[in-house]
Amino acid sequence: MKNKTNSLSQEGEARPSRCPDNSAFKQQKLPAWKPQLNIATVLSSFFLTGAFCLSAGVCLILSANSVREIQIDYSDKCSDCSKLRENSSNWNKECNCSVNFTLKEDILGDVFMYYGLQNFYQNHRRYMISRSDAQLLGRNVNIQKSYCAPFTTYQNGTPMAPCGAIANSMFNDTIDLFYNLNSSVIKVPLLKTGNSWWTDKNVKFRNPKSYNLSSAFAGTARPPYWQKPVYLLDEENERNNGYVNDDFIVWMRVSAFATFRNLYRRVRRVEQFADGLPAGNYTFRISYNFPVTKFKGRKHVILSTVVWSGGSNPFLGIAYVVSGTAATLTGFVITAIHLTLRKKKTYF
Amino acid sequence: MALSVDSALYRWRRLGAESPSQTLPERAPLLFSARGKPQLNLNKWRIVFPENGRQWKDWKRASTFYSGNRIQTTKYTWFTFLPQNLFEQFHRLGYLYFLFLVVLNGFPQVEVFHREITMLPLIVVLLASMIKDAVEDCRKYRFDKMINFSKTRIYDKEERAYVEKCWKDVHVGDFVQLRCNETIPADILLLYSSDQNGICHLETANLDGETNLKQRHVVMGFSSQNTLFEPEFFQNTIICEMPNNDLNKFKGYMEQPNNERIGFNIESLLLRGCTIRNTEAAIGIVIYAGHETKAMLNNNGPRYKRSKIERRMNMDIFVCVGLLFVMCLVGSVGHGIWTGNFSEHPPYDVPDENGNFLPPVLAGFYMFLTMIILLQVLIPISLYVSIELVKLGQVFLIHNDIDLYDDEADLPIQCRALNITEDLGQIQYIFSDKTGTLTENKMVFRRCTVDGIEFSHQENARRLESHKELDLDDEDFAKLQHFSLPRMNIERPATYKQRTVRPLRRCQSARAHFQGHTRNRSLGRRDSNQSQVAFSSTIEKDVTPDSRLLRRVREAALQTENLSPFMHMKTSTSLTDFFLALAICNTVLVSTATEPRQRVTVPPPIKPSGITLEKIHQIFQRLKLASLSQSFSSSQSSSDLGASFSAKNTEEHLAALDCCDNDDNCCASSKGDELQGKGSAGIGSASLDEVFKSVTNGSLPTDFCYEAESPDEAALVYAAQAYSFTLVSRTPEQVTVRLPQGTLLTFDILYTLGFDSVRKRMSVVVRHPLTKEIVVYTKGADSVIMDLLEDSDKADTSTAKRMKRIKEKTQKHLDYYARDGLRTLCIAKKVLNEDDFQKWANFRQEAEAAIDNRDELLMETAQHLETKLTLLGATGIEDRLQDGVPDTIEALREAGIQIWVLTGDKQETAVNIAYSCKLLNQRDTVFTINTENKETCESLLNLTLEEVRKNYEVGKPRTKLFGIIPRYFSASEPPSLEFGLVIDGRTLNIIFQGGLEKKFLALTKHCRSVLCCRSTPLQKSMVVKLVRGQLKVMTLSIGDGANDVSMIQAADVGIGISGQEGMQAVMASDFATTRFKHLKKLLLVHGHWCYARLAKMVIYFFYKNVSYVSLLFWYQFFCGFSGSTMIDYWQMIFFNLFFTSMPPLLFGVLDRDVSAETLLGLPELYKNGQNSEIYKLSTFIITMLDAFYQSLVCFFVPYLMYEDSDIDVFSFGNPINTISLLTILLHQALEMRTWTLFHLVTMIGSVVFYLVFSLIYNATCMVCNPPTNPYWIMEKQLSDPTFYLLCTITPVIALLPRFFILALRGTFEASLILKAQQLDKLPKGQQDLEIQKLRSRKRTTSGVPVASPASNDDFEQNISHLCVSPFLHPAAAATSHGDTESQGLSAPEVNPLRKQTLEEGYYFFNRWAEEEATATDSSGGPSSGHYPLVPSRVTSPGHHGGKPTKDNANNFSHGSHRRSVSAVTL
Repeated sequence: MKNKTNSLSQEGEARPSRCPDNSAFKQQKLPAWKPQLNIATVLSSFFLTGAFCLSAGVCLILSANSVREIQIDYSDKCSDCSKLRENSSNWNKECNCSVNFTLKEDILGDVFMYYGLQNFYQNHRRYMISRSDAQLLGRNVNIQKSYCAPFTTYQNGTPMAPCGAIANSMFNDTIDLFYNLNSSVIKVPLLKTGNSWWTDKNVKFRNPKSYNLSSAFAGTARPPYWQKPVYLLDEENERNNGYVNDDFIVWMRVSAFATFRNLYRRVRRVEQFADGLPAGNYTFRISYNFPVTKFKGRKHVILSTVVWSGGSNPFLGIAYVVSGTAATLTGFVITAIHLTLRKKKTYF
Repeated sequence: MALSVDSALYRWRRLGAESPSQTLPERAPLLFSARGKPQLNLNKWRIVFPENGRQWKDWKRASTFYSGNRIQTTKYTWFTFLPQNLFEQFHRLGYLYFLFLVVLNGFPQVEVFHREITMLPLIVVLLASMIKDAVEDCRKYRFDKMINFSKTRIYDKEERAYVEKCWKDVHVGDFVQLRCNETIPADILLLYSSDQNGICHLETANLDGETNLKQRHVVMGFSSQNTLFEPEFFQNTIICEMPNNDLNKFKGYMEQPNNERIGFNIESLLLRGCTIRNTEAAIGIVIYAGHETKAMLNNNGPRYKRSKIERRMNMDIFVCVGLLFVMCLVGSVGHGIWTGNFSEHPPYDVPDENGNFLPPVLAGFYMFLTMIILLQVLIPISLYVSIELVKLGQVFLIHNDIDLYDDEADLPIQCRALNITEDLGQIQYIFSDKTGTLTENKMVFRRCTVDGIEFSHQENARRLESHKELDLDDEDFAKLQHFSLPRMNIERPATYKQRTVRPLRRCQSARAHFQGHTRNRSLGRRDSNQSQVAFSSTIEKDVTPDSRLLRRVREAALQTENLSPFMHMKTSTSLTDFFLALAICNTVLVSTATEPRQRVTVPPPIKPSGITLEKIHQIFQRLKLASLSQSFSSSQSSSDLGASFSAKNTEEHLAALDCCDNDDNCCASSKGDELQGKGSAGIGSASLDEVFKSVTNGSLPTDFCYEAESPDEAALVYAAQAYSFTLVSRTPEQVTVRLPQGTLLTFDILYTLGFDSVRKRMSVVVRHPLTKEIVVYTKGADSVIMDLLEDSDKADTSTAKRMKRIKEKTQKHLDYYARDGLRTLCIAKKVLNEDDFQKWANFRQEAEAAIDNRDELLMETAQHLETKLTLLGATGIEDRLQDGVPDTIEALREAGIQIWVLTGDKQETAVNIAYSCKLLNQRDTVFTINTENKETCESLLNLTLEEVRKNYEVGKPRTKLFGIIPRYFSASEPPSLEFGLVIDGRTLNIIFQGGLEKKFLALTKHCRSVLCCRSTPLQKSMVVKLVRGQLKVMTLSIGDGANDVSMIQAADVGIGISGQEGMQAVMASDFATTRFKHLKKLLLVHGHWCYARLAKMVIYFFYKNVSYVSLLFWYQFFCGFSGSTMIDYWQMIFFNLFFTSMPPLLFGVLDRDVSAETLLGLPELYKNGQNSEIYKLSTFIITMLDAFYQSLVCFFVPYLMYEDSDIDVFSFGNPINTISLLTILLHQALEMRTWTLFHLVTMIGSVVFYLVFSLIYNATCMVCNPPTNPYWIMEKQLSDPTFYLLCTITPVIALLPRFFILALRGTFEASLILKAQQLDKLPKGQQDLEIQKLRSRKRTTSGVPVASPASNDDFEQNISHLCVSPFLHPAAAATSHGDTESQGLSAPEVNPLRKQTLEEGYYFFNRWAEEEATATDSSGGPSSGHYPLVPSRVTSPGHHGGKPTKDNANNFSHGSHRRSVSAVTL
């Protein structure tokens, strides 16, 4: 073939031959690997997958089992407060309640304190988009153009800071943990900061630039549901105030599901809590502000440790174990089929 | 003036209204002259005034209404491009859907994405299409510009001369002067030609690809002006048809100032785009310009077809629409209920801007619209774009396949339709033309019969054989010419080199190369400077004369009856007449090889006037006496036999004919005799040749080129030339022929009655220069000529009896020719006396002058003349099968494709071609249905159907079969009988008219192959439409000629063969190739691949979209059906657009599920596509279910894992996105059968691109995409081990079932495709072995017997008789008897014919025995020494031939019986 094309091109010098190139690509003869399933590859893939999944699953389950977790639903225990909060006119009346619980074992290691909400659809589309990231970056922007509506400005034109439904509905219970040791009550030291992503705290959320916070937020008003303006979120710590307040940042990270938990505090590992929470009686003192009854919601407070594989949820491990088992079983099935059909010529 | 509304009149009325000074009545006489016939339909007329100042005002007015010559094929201009293009694009449904989404997204209530995001896909798609359109249009524009600014010469009335102008400035009414080799700028009425006869030659290659020249005449009555044409004095008004696209029809008349009318027709019209040839100058007036020219009106754009997959896909898209609707409904209802559940509005239920809450029902309705936007990807619009891209790639690869490239024509395959590549893989029926498609349409003179004596031209056959080899390899040429053509060498040592070697080269280098069969060609190609000679390949040009005939011809020419005692006086004259007729009776153009395009019109001046015929006679008599003793000793017949038995199967039967024709004992003659005979014959003819050469004037140009309108004409002229009846020149008045003696005879041509398909013959009326007789030579189809012969029944003189015998013999020979697949032509003659001729000539002139029913009158006069003819003889011209046709047909049939041949040819020819190309097997039972009566047709169909069905039933239950024919069925498996059906055009007509289509189709379904003979183009397309419409099958039509165009267009896939018959078929086709054999690879390999690739890709796209979109849908259950997405919009849009688009595209272009070799080796693999096994409803449903499963896994594994945790929306969406990307890509990987570097790179590249994009996007974009903000999510998750664990396990779970099924797929029932894939893995040799094994296994299972042919033969014979018997009930049998000669043979009638043949053979034998005897006496000895190579060459064929004839005869009788043809002729 090659010869012919050569001679042809020599002859027809005036016009190039229209003979297609004899290249591997154009002739569809590219060197190719053609994977072919045969009994060896099939069986080995099944068994290898099975083995891998099983072992990984066992590890995951073991590690998930090492997690200690205590979850306390306080929406019923503070029924008075919840009734109070049902009427929104009582918004500035304080209401406190305490919840006691007992740790039978020590919780060792880093202990994280979460608040959990049930049936709170943070992932509702219109709720989710109701925020202005530009505003939270400290930029002086016209939030009218953002998606914050209707939580943008008051009737008089004063803009809300921060604007939007997410910010407006921020979880505002305060929870304190007390350790009851021999009738003395020790307040468990909790860390307010460091609970959000570093990038959120340092990049994504910025306070407007000014000599102090209150002047930075001058000309703005707190969102309607808030009890205090944004620059008073944490009066003790300047760096945890305003938009960069950890609680605020955590809240602004919209949860994926209607039932969720948000990191609230971490136990500061000092003194008797250096190894974690020792066993004993504890009390949560809760300043109950966040109404949940109108959407049939519930509130929890959760104490938990964390391992490399995440929280207490053992699902991943189970998934691995199950799929590993399935793969192994399938492998056996295929082996059986193969053995019975070996006399016939099987094609895999 | 009560005329109906017509355009011409209307225009003039408008003119009148515009200019009151020139009122209508003044114009009226022009239009409706006093003598004018009021019945003229003015709707058809256009009025052209000459642009020479004389009728300037009229011209000015008229020309404003007629379009100028500027052409504009572009669709858009600079300003209209954007709106018009957009408008056109939004005609597509998919784009409207996009637009709808964009608009929908504009409403804040339902807005999901940013407006920009929704617009992005639309804009991308629109832009892509726009760029494509713009580029295309730009190319058109440039081409138009080039054409518009080409130069031509127009008469300028001010300068009174022709000035050069651009084409675009040509107007209707302009006088245009054209020169040789110029392209015609518009449709021009020829008014003057430099040719003295008023003829202008055209090459219409640009229009129809035919390279032969066509003649155009100056308008009749105008040609009398032999002086130079002066536009200045042209005062006529031309009235002609309105512009139309019929290239072959045109009529009109010229109205002279004195109200006389001169009619003209298409013969005087020069069409735009053609090229003037052989004519120095021509002048004409422009009739149609620009877009109104016939060429432009014929110029239809490319075709858009929708392939089967796409049709199927559109249905599935509706399924997707349904799915979308359901999902949206679920969303909206869910949202309504969810919202309604709250007694009080929760904080996460955000009111609208005014603080109002929507009522649940309205919220639900809005949610419905929102969900449409959200889940829009479910309708895979991207699929359309992807399919277009993939098909472009596929077309590119098909186009570049070197196996489909014809290096002779330098043409690769052309894909004219871009969007039906995959249809090639699903063809179930092929409708093929015969001539030029299965055969080469290169006519080769093979045999002739003169006066009832057959001349078999064995040398010629042998030469043709060797030619085939020559075609194969040029390098062996020298050797071959030594070994296989020794005789030729001796015979014409001087001319041989010229004749064979040079033309071969020339043909290759100057082969017609048809550039770009796109629209360009009709616009006029300017580069046609290299002219090609049509129909003059070496094969046609070189005819090795039959030595026996040659000798007789020479003797006849010498008219020396007394010297040749075996000759009859009659024979010799009819021989001369025969060859004269071959040379004269045609419309061939003569040119010399040195100047191919210069027509030879004047006989060469070196006319040997000194030598009179008498003198030649004397010379010859003397010479002859000396040489006769040697040369009459030819034992050619016996040496012929040696070769004839070595011939292939297809030749067998004809060879047998030879054997018996010539000599019964011939085969028994010894080898030595043959050798001697051969040698002596060689010497004899050589010496004779020398004699001739000495007489013939050597300086005459020996090498003439003949250009004919049909290839067989040229073949005949070349044949005549081989017998030294050389056509030297031809003008419309005279034709000069050089006789063997070297004398030039010039005949006056009185009339030429051209060929037409109704008469099926042509005639020339000439005056013989010597006898001064008026002779009519007629040449035509045998069926016609035989009926026109002088009725010899009445007279019972000896001559009449002789004539009758000749007629019978000729008919018999013709039948044999036809059986051998030769095209037959009868040559006849008639001598007119002067009075009769004069009478007829008057009649004819009247007819020619007639305007109204001229055609009918001309036809009538022609028929009047062509009666009472005397048969001279007949010719058999071979239309050779193309290379690889039988092989291709066999492979295609094995692939499960039904092949029908639709031809306009004769039944016998068609049947024989069908046998020779393995379309029909020798064992098949062939039913022939020829009838003109509806009732009989119906009953025949019923009977045949019953018979066929019975056979099929019989084939199944074996016991029953044993009951019927027990003895033939001892051990062998029941062979399922194959049936063939032959039907002719008339019967087809009845079937169509009588509503018998259903029965016909039912019958054909059982038939292995169907032959429709004598069918018109319309019938061809009707058959295709019938099969396609009723059986709902995929059809492919392949053809090469204009008569196949309708059929090509009717089929799903039309393939045009760019061969000898012009470009019409190619222009109408979807794919154009040069050879039938290319069909094999095109269908079996490319068709299969394209289908498999595209089908898998489409399925995959559905899967991809559904599995991805349902992720979003599942999430709705967790977000209160609020339309939230957990995936960032950009990442979502990009997911389809970039991250997962490349691998499937690449898959669609490059995947090879089975290698090409295996596909070709196992044609059965094609059935995979035929049955749409890859893409059918079940696969679609399974894929959909799998998609849902996978999406469930991809959603719920992360969901369950992150449930009740502090995961945020986008951190939840990110792993889901990643997981589904991996799953989707891995799914693709499982589907891929071929992994090249490309695949690997795109696969990994897609993942890497996704990661890199996500990382960069998530790191940089904080506020660029306001409501969503995926900042730092990817980075965060990549540092989390659980993310990796999650991304590992989820695809595994998702794909485990699919992998499991894949693994088990081949276990229980291995599909052929799987086996083939397995085969691909094997090493080469083993692979072949396995393929053979598979094929043979398949054959045995399908029940076609391979072994024990003898017993099978018997069995089949029996069966066939069984089949036939019902039809041969007395009445039918009787009629069939009467008609057999022309209609086909029923089995019992084979034998009588054989007997006749034997008698004939005996007759021949007697004469040749004598000749042989002389030969052995004179030159036995010396010749053997001379040719040491000859014996060895002869031995092997002689081995077969030398064996007792009985053996052969047995074989032949077997052969004829095997062809159990059951003809049903009524």
